[in-house]
Amino acid sequence: MEQILSLAKKAAEEAEVFEISSEETRVRFEANKLKQLQTRQQTTVALRIIKNGKTGYATSTEIGDGTGLVNAAVETAEFGTTAAFQLPGPTEYPSVNIYDDAVNSVSAREMVALGEEMITALTGHTPELICEGSVGRSVINVSIINSRGGQAAYRKSFFGLDIEGSLIEDTDILFVADSQNSCHPLAETSTVTTEVLRQLDLAKKRATVPSKSMPVVFTPNGIASGLLLPLMSAFNGKTVLEGASPIGNKQGKLVFDKKFNLHDDPTLVYRPGSRPCDDEGVSSRRTPLAENGVIVEFLYDLQTGALAGKQSTGNGSRSRGGLPSPSATAFTIAPGDTAYDDIIKDIKEGLLIDFLMGASQGNVLGGDFSGNVLLGFKIENGEVVGRVKDTMVSGNIYRALKDITAIGSQARWVGSSLLTPPIYLPSIAVASKG
Amino acid sequence: MPDIEAIASELAVELKKYQADYLEAHLEEGQTSHIAYRGKELDSIGRSTAVGGNVRALVKGGWGFTSFNNLEGLSDRIAQAVEQARSASSGKSSLFPMKPVTDNIPAGVDVNPVTIPLSEKKQQLDEYKEIIWRTPQIQTSTINYSDSRRKVIYLNSAGSHIVQERADVSLLILAIAAKDGEVQQAFLSIGSRGDFNAVRNLHDKVETKARHAVEALAAPQAKGGEYTVVVDPMLAGVFAHEAFGHLSESDFVYENERLREIMKLGKQFGGKHLNIVDSAALPGYRGSYKYDDEGTPSAKNYLIKEGKLVGRLHSRETAMKMNEPLTGNARAINYRYPPIVRMTNTYIESGEVSFEDMIADIKEGIYAKDCFGGTTAMEMFTFSAEEAYMIRDGKIAETLRPVVLTGNVFNTLANIDAIGNDLYIHDGAGGCGKGEQMPLPVSTGGPHIRIQKCLIGGS
Ligand SMILES: [Zn+2]
Repeated sequence: MEQILSLAKKAAEEAEVFEISSEETRVRFEANKLKQLQTRQQTTVALRIIKNGKTGYATSTEIGDGTGLVNAAVETAEFGTTAAFQLPGPTEYPSVNIYDDAVNSVSAREMVALGEEMITALTGHTPELICEGSVGRSVINVSIINSRGGQAAYRKSFFGLDIEGSLIEDTDILFVADSQNSCHPLAETSTVTTEVLRQLDLAKKRATVPSKSMPVVFTPNGIASGLLLPLMSAFNGKTVLEGASPIGNKQGKLVFDKKFNLHDDPTLVYRPGSRPCDDEGVSSRRTPLAENGVIVEFLYDLQTGALAGKQSTGNGSRSRGGLPSPSATAFTIAPGDTAYDDIIKDIKEGLLIDFLMGASQGNVLGGDFSGNVLLGFKIENGEVVGRVKDTMVSGNIYRALKDITAIGSQARWVGSSLLTPPIYLPSIAVASKG
Repeated sequence: MPDIEAIASELAVELKKYQADYLEAHLEEGQTSHIAYRGKELDSIGRSTAVGGNVRALVKGGWGFTSFNNLEGLSDRIAQAVEQARSASSGKSSLFPMKPVTDNIPAGVDVNPVTIPLSEKKQQLDEYKEIIWRTPQIQTSTINYSDSRRKVIYLNSAGSHIVQERADVSLLILAIAAKDGEVQQAFLSIGSRGDFNAVRNLHDKVETKARHAVEALAAPQAKGGEYTVVVDPMLAGVFAHEAFGHLSESDFVYENERLREIMKLGKQFGGKHLNIVDSAALPGYRGSYKYDDEGTPSAKNYLIKEGKLVGRLHSRETAMKMNEPLTGNARAINYRYPPIVRMTNTYIESGEVSFEDMIADIKEGIYAKDCFGGTTAMEMFTFSAEEAYMIRDGKIAETLRPVVLTGNVFNTLANIDAIGNDLYIHDGAGGCGKGEQMPLPVSTGGPHIRIQKCLIGGS
């Protein structure tokens, strides 16, 4: 890395070398049986330079090829964007614990056992269920050095459990799924299986809903599949800078219901979305996005922040060594004060949504969500009475989240990017074939 | 850049030294370049190079797979894959037998798109960007261009040695219009099997798209419910791929008795007019190739013929397990992933109905064009049309906001009551996603088709 940096410094005013390497082991199950063991090793090195005030950029899988990288970066710098930012100099980073060496000592045999345990728990409940799943562990190493003396390096461990099941009756196919991950090894499969068993129990009976507007409860999985993308796009500093975010000019204004509190938090310990600094070497911090329904901040990287006249919020992220771009790390929605059971009891006729399919295909920027209820249940007289089919919901997050009836008192992680309780909305348009 | 052909020759010898029912390796090297705009500003421009490989082993029904981009110590990698396969083994291997093949397929393009100077590519994109920004009420736009050239060497323990090169070009232009807090978008997605000319001279198309985004701002939203819906060739192609094609991927089916029942060959899914094909052998499209990533030659495969289910897509393992012919559909997006059953160029064949006749007797219906994307969960599909119009008394009437179509694929296939005579196969940007492997280059197509009782989401 030092060698690439010193070569680049000769060719440009500023330079930054970013290196990410990972080793992953995974066991995969198909049709309730162990199918494949796999390992994956990958290293990517990315060079960003500023030459004549413009950004140049190149990546390679070969750390040895410094000259090739520098030449490619110099060619692109001729057309590159004008760099509005300064690379960070030496920085004191917060300590965020994201590495647990114990992940490395989980053997493939133990991982197979965890997968089998999940499948046994589910097929014990519903013998016809066909499960696919995986258990994975990995270690990621990130290092960054730049020409201003900035220097960052960290190591992150990851462990994940994934399971999905399908149950087929004639042409009807029921899908159930859940996953959990952590920087610690996960020894308990019940967090995942309990959730899937809940879905299976609720789906035993069928129900139909009429086509009309009605109260809707989004579970954490439902929020992730239905509402998360439009929110992430709206709070992205890049969308705001372009004037494409519907809330870009609403900082300090009440946009959502007063009960709605949203943060981006890369500092939560042992969470796979966490890190001490972002991919440009800027310190991580917890960023308030909406507090009591009022828009507080947006997410920025160095370049976008500089163009917007703001500081980077430490949200510069690279996908596999790509150029940094603002991106959420982990969205957290604060729990409210209503127990889940009380939410359900409150509803005379409504819909409980666990998974919305296709919601992110519509006009995400405008905040629209519209999708097929892949896994959802009818609520009738305060009880979940059965699974609905051929049902669509559509709405707009700005209208929908302006008036929230209640927020659940217990939050749950969905993957590594969302921690949320269930949300109860008073009226969403539902269309059904009945 | 290491010489992967030289490494391949050594590796071919090594592969024969291990105890496994089957061993294969892929070695790959490639270059890409990309240019991206967000708004008026250039967002990113860059070049990258990558080298890597993988080894996959099959032992007693269990698979081991290891991928790497450090090409040293490859015999250890083989040993690791074999050991993993052994740990995953539980029964007996089943793999469709094949004779060893030696072949060398060039990329088939006159000019490697990656070598075209970035200045020339940028010039072309700048012209498109100007057109979008000239359009009144356009709030912003994004343009993503990328190209690649890669060489993949496939080796197996039976002695196959296949070198295939390919090049790809991909352009996605998104125009976003906004007024009074309302936002609408329209996009243009063009891909090509390595020919940069495919993304030249698109000025008129870009202008039409930008205008459509603006027009949609003032358009009403469709009232949700069931309609007679006519879809254009682009959307018909997405339907063939997303709603039906994914169900024809036999890895979903082969160990699942009940799904086998649903997808039983010979079942009548639609009228006599309905034919759906997947063909990597059709030359020149993004889903085209001579050999798949298990070394199986490609073929034209009918999935539905005269309304009847007649075939499905296979890897060597699924073909053997289901006792069906090989189709050559095992593909991986790159060396980091094992080959799995995938589609290639998927389309509905032409029928006989003209577009005019198709809409002539519709009193109130919807004409849906193009597609933002689609997803499926087995028999359920959802896709978002990008453009939508009311059909009133046999004529295309007012513009609507984009609509979302959803339904059960089996019902929908049965509800197709007219198939147009105007087949068009589209190479788009990006590609298909399955599991963690995305984007895989594919093409999709069809003629105009008419669907009765199709559910449209709305207010
Ligand atoms: Zn697909």
